[in-house]
Amino acid sequence: MTTKTLVKDPLNLIIIGAAGQGNVQISLLIGDALVREGYLVTFGQTYGATQRGGTVTNYVRISKEIQCSPIVPEGRADIILALEPVEAMRMLRRYGNPDVITIVNSRAIHPIDITGGQTQYPDMDELIEAIKRLSTKAWVINATDEAQRLGNPVLANIILTGALIGTGAVPLDEKSVESLLQERFTKSIELNMAAFSKGIELVSH
Amino acid sequence: MPDIDIDAPGTTILLMGNEAIARGALEAGIGFAASYPGTPSSEILPAIAQVAKRRKIYAEWSANEMVAMESATSASLAGIRAMASMKQNGVNVILDFLANLVMSGVGSGLILVSCDDPGQRNSSNDQDTRPVAKWLDIPLLEPGDFQEAKDMTKWLFDLSEELDTVCMLRCVSKISHTRGNVKLGELPKAEPKVHIFSDHPQRARGARRHDLLHQKLDKAREMFESSPFNRYVGPDKAELLIITCGSCWLHSQEAVRILNLKDRVGILKLGTSWPLPQKFLESHLSKSQSILFVEEIDPFVERSVMELVANLPSTGPRPIFYGKRSGHINAYGELNPDTVITAITTIMGFTYQTRDIEYEKEVEALSKSYVIMRPGTLCPGCPHRASYWAIKNALRLDGRGGFITNDIGCYGVGPTAAGFFVGRNGYCMGAGTGVANGFGKLGQFGFNQPVLAACGDSTFYHAAIPALIDGIHNNTNFILVVFDNGATAMTGFQPHPGIGETAMGEPARVISIEAICRAMGIRVEVCDPFDLKNTTATLLDMMAMDGDVRVLIMKRECELIRARREKPPYKVYVDPDRCIGEACGCDRLCTRLFLCPGLRWNSKTGKAEIDEIICSGCGVCADICPQGAIIREVA
Repeated sequence: MTTKTLVKDPLNLIIIGAAGQGNVQISLLIGDALVREGYLVTFGQTYGATQRGGTVTNYVRISKEIQCSPIVPEGRADIILALEPVEAMRMLRRYGNPDVITIVNSRAIHPIDITGGQTQYPDMDELIEAIKRLSTKAWVINATDEAQRLGNPVLANIILTGALIGTGAVPLDEKSVESLLQERFTKSIELNMAAFSKGIELVSH
Repeated sequence: MPDIDIDAPGTTILLMGNEAIARGALEAGIGFAASYPGTPSSEILPAIAQVAKRRKIYAEWSANEMVAMESATSASLAGIRAMASMKQNGVNVILDFLANLVMSGVGSGLILVSCDDPGQRNSSNDQDTRPVAKWLDIPLLEPGDFQEAKDMTKWLFDLSEELDTVCMLRCVSKISHTRGNVKLGELPKAEPKVHIFSDHPQRARGARRHDLLHQKLDKAREMFESSPFNRYVGPDKAELLIITCGSCWLHSQEAVRILNLKDRVGILKLGTSWPLPQKFLESHLSKSQSILFVEEIDPFVERSVMELVANLPSTGPRPIFYGKRSGHINAYGELNPDTVITAITTIMGFTYQTRDIEYEKEVEALSKSYVIMRPGTLCPGCPHRASYWAIKNALRLDGRGGFITNDIGCYGVGPTAAGFFVGRNGYCMGAGTGVANGFGKLGQFGFNQPVLAACGDSTFYHAAIPALIDGIHNNTNFILVVFDNGATAMTGFQPHPGIGETAMGEPARVISIEAICRAMGIRVEVCDPFDLKNTTATLLDMMAMDGDVRVLIMKRECELIRARREKPPYKVYVDPDRCIGEACGCDRLCTRLFLCPGLRWNSKTGKAEIDEIICSGCGVCADICPQGAIIREVA
């Protein structure tokens, strides 16, 4: 078990994406690793329509003292990991604060009323700029493109997990997540490990 | 899903509330588990089924909740600890049986688990099942965290045996579907074994048994007085006393912590919600003159405590009660730490600033233009989209104002844009068929619109058959459309009687919906909804044949299952030369109406395009483009 102290107790991590992007998988990986390290973890979820284009929000709440509520109180996110830029903004609106760290995948997923042309997706450069302004530090990563280069767009979530660990924002080291990855992904372990390393690399400069 | 059969007492792992319930049952030596899938209860049964063979347990997905509860009861009567789990709607389905079950006893421990969905994120209603426990005199527990989800389930089996009655666990989404630390207990060494079932006839025998039930409840109340699931944290004299239960225990603790009020506000956490532990409550009610009830959906504990207070001898001024009746807590939907913070600060008369005020202003200004809605829709490649497209076109061509009565499942989007607004209503499992059946009988009153009923494959077995029989027997006029995607898709692909596999992974006889319908002697057609032309023509032909019950089975496997097994069948792309955009006159049929997430409108080029990462390659959209601009090539 770890002797690391939390910079804040509870530490609130929000992982958000459109349904089907694999954000639950990331959250579970992080949650399991943290419990192994001896933390009290509450992993809450809210979702719209389960598998049909809605938003999935995962709250990973880390404490040495209490079993937290499954929902982060307003304005109290410490880290936002967003698999999609508009979703990052949605979370900043409710949970952001001047100290929040944001990691965002820069690939847009268009909601159906945008695919239909009724509304416009915001200008990407302006949106990213706004996310940076509302965060004490923001990492913008094109995880989907990086994942495609590795051979499969679904690896984007593992790249982002790597990025999250790489920033040092959660009290987990590379080794503990890597060993969990090895347990979970026996089939395509090399690809997943490559994606994880890629994520770390992307935030290390 | 993690293997819950870990023989490591004392180890702490991260478990979903539903997995913790399953683990509790395992630790209690459960032998028989039955359920019908329904969010947020769906993970309990699979967690048990996964380890069932190893543990010599029997686990099944039942055809519906009623059969699940009845079957679990038989096991209990034969001396096997048994559990039936379901969502709130399922409790409605079992009510008749349950109201009779309580009038008799049990054999071994018998548990009903009801998972309510406050805020109806995945439900047709926002229903609280706790009043059922009070109404039918059933001892009721509510877990306040993940550890309790396990520990309460385990203990309920003992309680059920001690009281000789069925006991109920009421969980909510924010425990059932969220995860937290759970310290594992011992697993039983002995395998579940049948006792001889011959003791006494287990049936209701007159009103005297009702009196006996009340005595059981009195005993439960006595036992609850010293339950570790009820506790108080806070000062001896509190400015405000919060009485809470379920996940609201976590929200309340957090609210008090954030507001730094632990020396001024006390929290009374109730785990035994019915019958209420009267003496325990009395001893704490005197701690404050202001009492706030924090619970989800109905004011169940609030009303029950107020009834209790009304019966107490008056000693001094009555406390002021806050909660749903006073409007400080919503009497609907889901709560969170912020709703509790708001209630506390309103009552105590101070303000709470969630974050830096300058930041607040900036985030509001920026997010207004950048936060867009993300409404749900059917998945890319979903057969239901094609089915609804064919139905929409057939209804339009028929021209008599026909419509579809909806049901519960992914295909429940009928009344929305994703179902092209062909649906008119949606109530509960099986109601699509029953309601269509009713409309179909209104001809003598001058009703002449064609009526279609929607029903999924799992729903067909669960609840649609009686209404179908009624319609055929009474010569009613409607078409039952079965959206047969070979899956209980909305709740996570649990096997059903048409799949050929049981919950424990054993092969099972496939019960054919087509054969059942044909055996009733009515016209039955089976279409592949991806063949839009044939499906539309068949439906039109069936609509022309008025005056009888007809069944159209839309048969096409759920895209999510297909995609797990194989690569997409087609490469789909838009030929930019053939797509003429706004000049076409199709009014962006593919992106604006068809609403597949794989298609998007490029406002810069004024043409449609395919999002390759999202497109599932079903190729159906190639058949809807009037210009033939969407190209489908065998991949």
